[in-house]
Amino acid sequence: MDAIVFFLIQVLNGVQYGLLLFLVASGLTLVFGIMGVVNLAHGSFYMVGAYLAYALTQALGNLWLSLVAAVPLALIIGLLLELLFRPLYRRDHLYQVLLTYGLILALEETRSLLFGDDVHGVPIPPALDFSVPLTADLSYPVYRLWISAACLALAGALYLVISKTRIGMAIRAGAANREMVQLLGIDVGMVFRIVFVAGVVLAAFAGMIAAPVATVYPGMGNAILILSFVVVVIGGIGSIKGAFVAALLIGLADTFGQVVAPDFAGMTVYVLMAAVLLWRPAGLFGRGT
Amino acid sequence: MPVPSRSVRLLLLAGFATLLLFPLFGERFYLQLLAHIMLMAVFAMSLDLLVGFAGLVSLGHTAFFGVGGYALMLLTSSAGPANLWLTLPVALAAAAVAAVIIGLLVLRSSGVYFIMVTLAFTQMLYYFAIGQKWLGGSDGAYINFKPRAALFGFVPFDLQKPLHFYWVALALMAGTYLLLFVILRSLFGRVVCAIRSNEGRLASLGIPTFRYKLVCFVIAGALAGLAGYFASAQYGVVNPDFFGWRLAGEVLMIVILGGMGTLHGPILGAFALVLLEDSLSVASKHWLLPMGLFIIAAVLLLPKGIAGLLERARA
Repeated sequence: MDAIVFFLIQVLNGVQYGLLLFLVASGLTLVFGIMGVVNLAHGSFYMVGAYLAYALTQALGNLWLSLVAAVPLALIIGLLLELLFRPLYRRDHLYQVLLTYGLILALEETRSLLFGDDVHGVPIPPALDFSVPLTADLSYPVYRLWISAACLALAGALYLVISKTRIGMAIRAGAANREMVQLLGIDVGMVFRIVFVAGVVLAAFAGMIAAPVATVYPGMGNAILILSFVVVVIGGIGSIKGAFVAALLIGLADTFGQVVAPDFAGMTVYVLMAAVLLWRPAGLFGRGT
Repeated sequence: MPVPSRSVRLLLLAGFATLLLFPLFGERFYLQLLAHIMLMAVFAMSLDLLVGFAGLVSLGHTAFFGVGGYALMLLTSSAGPANLWLTLPVALAAAAVAAVIIGLLVLRSSGVYFIMVTLAFTQMLYYFAIGQKWLGGSDGAYINFKPRAALFGFVPFDLQKPLHFYWVALALMAGTYLLLFVILRSLFGRVVCAIRSNEGRLASLGIPTFRYKLVCFVIAGALAGLAGYFASAQYGVVNPDFFGWRLAGEVLMIVILGGMGTLHGPILGAFALVLLEDSLSVASKHWLLPMGLFIIAAVLLLPKGIAGLLERARA
């Protein structure tokens, strides 16, 4: 019985991690797919979110209030950064990689100046700070369940926006064929802006809600960035559905990798990626390169 | 690739002569830093073969740099120095084999996928190195002895001496430049450059472009392994950061800052970027902030790098 429950807990952890990854990777895959921009700094938005949650919780004393305050802040940061990205749309990937690499260094060091290099904790909101008992000595924290629920709700909203609304239609069309959409008279610049800012906000929000369980530490954006890349590659560039499936796969592979083969932990996801690419070079839901 | 213009040739010769004679009149203190820069130049030139000539933007070139470094660590026993002439070929072969395996997988993709897949592979090696005790785990491992260059009892140079190491690094940099120059002037080099311009046309002419790209990838990997071998020998240590994405970004920055698609560009870039890093890191603990802003400015304002500036100054 305990073995089954232990397995269940790992599944829940893996799904929760995967869903967080999805929030970060969905913005990344859309920015790739539609704007053709490689954004290495996308992981830094996750870090910005976590540090915003930390700073605001310190100031306001409550995670919920700080979420309300931090989301508009993330929105403003996204709008400002979009200005910096605009000259890059027509440039080669190489320059995008380098500019965003420079941006990572600058953001990381700004973080170090403002918050120092210590690991910080964000308290779990009291209303959710308890566990569901599963067996005599195994239980599961409710806050983690809430993270999964919040991510799922956002994923559902994202799905509705992209599949049912007019702007969603423009986004899907943009990912399929940018030039054609432009010729049809849709303001692609506007679509870019919306997608970019939405990506920043989603990544920052993931960082905010993850802060109480993942803690807030230097370099936290880089680890999630590279995993998000893997998600985007496995799922297929520009595909939200692909990002969702791949994020869950990666979340589970990473969680079980650490349990089954601790010496090779961290490698599992890359091996999985290599295997998928051998089988389908454009990712699970990609349309070819 | 075209022969560099007269002024660039003169500049390179003058630079080479200055570096050759530097130890005779310059500060001994700078020998180690300059040797480090010259090894970075070797590393950057090998990456430029991919980025600037074959059009393959790799963010995972550190994979082979790291393999070269870790190979020296594994081949050096705790009892005494390893033989350079035995271990260097093994390290280069290891880097080349890694490049064949990774190349076979990553060269199936292109564009954005290629950037991300190369990054993912070097990341895989990074976590592998962290997880393995025999590789030293996350702290890395020391290499207590620099390799000895004994050849049947004859020792042409001694890497223990900073001065000898310096000249060896200079010879490696000049040698890499000449080797890549010859390769790029050959028919093979012309095909590689043509692949960057229009791969589809070459393929339809019946040229096996995948094979050309793979050979190119392996040459670049082996040269990166060469740089990694000597870099680990210089500092007597290897750690997972040899595979890290930060080094991968730094070497890519060297190529762009110097000017990709030229062989002297990466050399100029290595001197410019490493010297800048060195002076900034002395000036402030938070040197990465101005560094990051400098990179952003350089990308926006100097798309053709220092080599492009030289061309513009001439014209």
